[in-house]
Amino acid sequence: MVKRSILVLSATALVVAAIAAYVVLYLTNVPGTAQAAQSSQGAHLYLATVAAAELSDPHPTWVSYYVTNSQDQNWQHDTTFTVPANTLVHVTIFQFDGDSGLRNNFLSQVQGTVGGTMQLNGKTVQTINPDDAAHIFAIPALGVSIPLQGVSSNAKNPCGNAPCSMSMAHNTVTFTFRTGAKGLYRWQCFVPCGAGTVFDFGGPMQTVGYMDGFLKVV
Amino acid sequence: MTATATRAAGAPPLQRRLLGFNLLTGIVLGVAGYWVAYALAGLIHGASLDSYAETGQSDVQIMIGYFGGVVGFLAGLGFLNYPIMRILGHPPNIPDHEVEEPGMAKFLRLSTDHKVIAMQYMMGIGVFFFVGGLNAMLIRTELLSPSTHVFGANQYLTVVGMHGSMMMGMMTSGILGPFANWVVPLMIGSRRMAFPRIEALTFWMLMAAGAVLISTIFFGGFQTGWTGYEPLSDQGTAGYDAYIGFFTLVSISMCLLGLNLAVTIVTMRAPGMTWSRLPIFCWAVLATCLLMVLAAPMLTATLLMGAMDRTMDTGYFIPGVGGSAFLWENLFWVFGHPEVYVLAIPGFGIVLELIPVFARKPLWGYRLAVAGMMGVALFSFFVWQHHLFVSGINADLRPFYMLSTEIISLPTGFTFLCVMGTLWRGRIRLTVPMLFCLAWAFNFLFGGISGVFNSDVPSDVTTHGSFFVMAHFHYTIMGGLIFAFFAAIYYWLPKMTGFKLSERLGKIHFWWMFIAFNSTFGPLFAVGFLGMPRRVITYPTSLIGLNRWVSVSAFLLGLSMLFFLYIVIKGLVYDREPAEDNPWHSKSFEWSLPTPVPAYDFNRIPVFSGDPYPYGETPASTPAGGPEPATAGAV
Amino acid sequence: METDQTPHFRRVAILWLIATAILTPIVIFVLGPGLPPGNGSVQASGQTADNIVLLALSVPVAMAVLVTLGYEIWAFRERNLNGPVLDGPAITGNSSIQMWWLIITTTLVLFLAGFGSVRLLQDGSGGGQGPTPLVNPTGHQHALQVQVLAQQWEFTYRYPQYGGIETPTLELPANTLVEFHVTSLDVVHSFWAYQLGVKADANPGEDNIAYVNTKGPLSFAIHCAELCGVWHGYMFETGKVVSQPDFATWIKAMQVQYGPAAKSLPPYSTHYFPEPVGRGS
Repeated sequence: MVKRSILVLSATALVVAAIAAYVVLYLTNVPGTAQAAQSSQGAHLYLATVAAAELSDPHPTWVSYYVTNSQDQNWQHDTTFTVPANTLVHVTIFQFDGDSGLRNNFLSQVQGTVGGTMQLNGKTVQTINPDDAAHIFAIPALGVSIPLQGVSSNAKNPCGNAPCSMSMAHNTVTFTFRTGAKGLYRWQCFVPCGAGTVFDFGGPMQTVGYMDGFLKVV
Repeated sequence: MTATATRAAGAPPLQRRLLGFNLLTGIVLGVAGYWVAYALAGLIHGASLDSYAETGQSDVQIMIGYFGGVVGFLAGLGFLNYPIMRILGHPPNIPDHEVEEPGMAKFLRLSTDHKVIAMQYMMGIGVFFFVGGLNAMLIRTELLSPSTHVFGANQYLTVVGMHGSMMMGMMTSGILGPFANWVVPLMIGSRRMAFPRIEALTFWMLMAAGAVLISTIFFGGFQTGWTGYEPLSDQGTAGYDAYIGFFTLVSISMCLLGLNLAVTIVTMRAPGMTWSRLPIFCWAVLATCLLMVLAAPMLTATLLMGAMDRTMDTGYFIPGVGGSAFLWENLFWVFGHPEVYVLAIPGFGIVLELIPVFARKPLWGYRLAVAGMMGVALFSFFVWQHHLFVSGINADLRPFYMLSTEIISLPTGFTFLCVMGTLWRGRIRLTVPMLFCLAWAFNFLFGGISGVFNSDVPSDVTTHGSFFVMAHFHYTIMGGLIFAFFAAIYYWLPKMTGFKLSERLGKIHFWWMFIAFNSTFGPLFAVGFLGMPRRVITYPTSLIGLNRWVSVSAFLLGLSMLFFLYIVIKGLVYDREPAEDNPWHSKSFEWSLPTPVPAYDFNRIPVFSGDPYPYGETPASTPAGGPEPATAGAV
Repeated sequence: METDQTPHFRRVAILWLIATAILTPIVIFVLGPGLPPGNGSVQASGQTADNIVLLALSVPVAMAVLVTLGYEIWAFRERNLNGPVLDGPAITGNSSIQMWWLIITTTLVLFLAGFGSVRLLQDGSGGGQGPTPLVNPTGHQHALQVQVLAQQWEFTYRYPQYGGIETPTLELPANTLVEFHVTSLDVVHSFWAYQLGVKADANPGEDNIAYVNTKGPLSFAIHCAELCGVWHGYMFETGKVVSQPDFATWIKAMQVQYGPAAKSLPPYSTHYFPEPVGRGS
């Protein structure tokens, strides 16, 4: 009788441990959240896009977004950003990756920002050459879509793996959009940059933590 | 209960018993085989191929690794022994089972006793059923809120896909594996199946398949759901290779299982077991085998093409290089539709077999029932495009497939008529198996009617790809097949194991499960009608109330399954009350044998005469036909 | 044993008649108006009418089975469970009942198939009909053509009759025949406009045509109805049917607003094969 109970209980313990491992190690293993910095003009978000994640990452060959700060320091591999509701959000993206080209050239135009424009290396622009796009930062539910100019292929000192420093070849894109009601929104890249997969849209393009993430409007 | 507990004095010690061809060796050689094959494949996969360098994963290595793992697993179990012996010139031998082997060790090995294999199926499929059920609970946990995500978005899709794939892959053998293997040879008066080693192979391949599917989480999971639509599946990273491996093993296992059962029924019936005397469950099994043998290879071929697209850069399913997404959809559903009837027909068979016992009347409309099941099997090959009504197929086809799909409801209706006819003027005993059979009728009625909605093209424009379809197939597959599965468990498990299951607790389990099931899936018809698509992680806030109701009901349904587990453990591990030889007073042949059935089944091959359901002619307790009981005192 | 003279069959028939007589009007008049997809378009109204007919016909069928089963469980239950296990009469079939069952169910099924086909052929029912539709509503040569471009993971729309302008949102004029050309730029999606009663799969490299006759102004939910990857659940938006003058204003505004992007768009085509097609660059 005791032997049976030991068997049943140890089998149950094994099952519970397996389920716990499944849930904790795999299912809820999601990237962290980054808060946007606050100022009198609204919220500020500093992001970076790179050709390859850091060497210690599970996918060191995958393109990825990172969260950084105004001096391009303190890189964190988060793709959930928290911003306040009904506020102007000023976003700066340090773009370190080479170009891949757009699939849908419609997205070569800046959409959903204040003024319908963005600042590319200080210059105000409305569109970029579709073939020069490296990535896009888009929040479809808010109508926001920003094409990010790629680093030229013969640029000096391109960045390899994250983190990248300002001295490496990059383009700086800034834009402002306004958040509305509270809620959970998702953002994604639209440029086929998941190299090695069909349509270049697999791998990092489909994985939260690389080219996809969430926007928590609180 | 463990091997050592029943070890007689002088038997070899545990270490010696662990060595040899068994599950442990299979697992060890399986893992070793995976790594060896993975490493060898690394030599041929072309490490210089850009795509592998860029994604960091090699589908060639992983697929060849799976192949090596499965071969190692099967070799460790001993499946290569007989072929190697034959190649070396040894004569053929048919395994005979004269002596009952005590203890649990026989279940952890290659066994050629159909009763042992049936119990192995029961346990193995049970384990994977609970894995699939766990994933279902996780899905409903995620759907409690549209804006708070418990799991990662990628992982959620893998959970959805794993739930569907595990259930579809495992439950297709859900009744044929545990029950047909056990009872069909007995019903037709045979001591074994036509191909005992293949019977064992189908089981162990299915177990390997389950392990392969679970391994997807180590490769990033797969994002396509159980239907694996291209080119999305080609886009996925290596987790999809596990899906391919899983369904390849499942389809081969299905095909062989169907072949084995069909050949057994056709060639190994005892004298007097004419076609018109064949129990209706055997007819259902035969109809299912037809589908398994003809449809499963379609899936194997389709998966091979998908694997080629992923490893050799062929373009079967990639538009722009000459391939077509339609090709996958059609190939998949040519398999997929007969597949769902593989799930449904055994349910018909169980219900039609059990209701005469508990209504104490012969099966009403025997020929009609056979025609119904064979009709469903035949027509199931001609309806698959109803999954593709709005997909852009040639519009001229749609009225034809609407007609063919509506027509398939006709033979399905025969089963209902036979159920109602058998119950008419009967002396109905509401035992636990009977309750599950009656619930089958209730659930499958709504499953079938909702199917008619889906088959009507204008109605399907709204319901395709929505939760309405989900509710429809859960009512037919879960409300139909799974309820019949539980009816069969409560009916036959005492005979198979020799121990009783509590009738009182079984009734609690039944009502708990029945109410929770309808509470879970009934509202999903409304959820689909209200516009919620399938396989989504978020939904409009107006549907929060319905989704929360469904989730809570689903948790209760899950708990009812755990309660069932408690009933089984209590009955088989703790109480161990010996079961009577024929508690249901059934006149079917297997009930004339002692409980538990001895290893050699029966002493002399029976000679059958009389009707298969001789109720109403003689008082209860006389079994069908005139077979010689295996041991004295069985009657 | 003595034969049971109770008129069971008559009782069941009466119970069935009562149940059907009560439930069918409830279903038609109470549930019916709430059935999807509503009356947002001609096709949607047609589908709703179809659903009402299907639901109304399923009531007598369901009642036949449920009333019979319920009566049988009540009337023929073995009351003396502790006594000897007695058998019922050895009835193995009844060819007359089987024949009538076959006739009635076949008639029902053939009616449903015919009814569905007739309704389908009337207005296309809003479903995708592939590149060569079977049902072309009257006036389809002058329909407003709208291309729905499904991509991972949003819909964009092109209006070929307005210079091939592409817009991120969908607006349609009221009381107009719209010819949707649904296609995909990558994997299989499905364009589902719920209140319009339109669903058409978006296949890469294929043109899937669906028709809708819009009615009055309304907002409609657009969901992707075919699993297309990680953001499938988030691939939804709201479309609008607006008055015809409002639509004219809107499309002009779109041409101005998205003019810069339009310069780099490829020429309008019923399907596209964007690069890169296979794996790897």
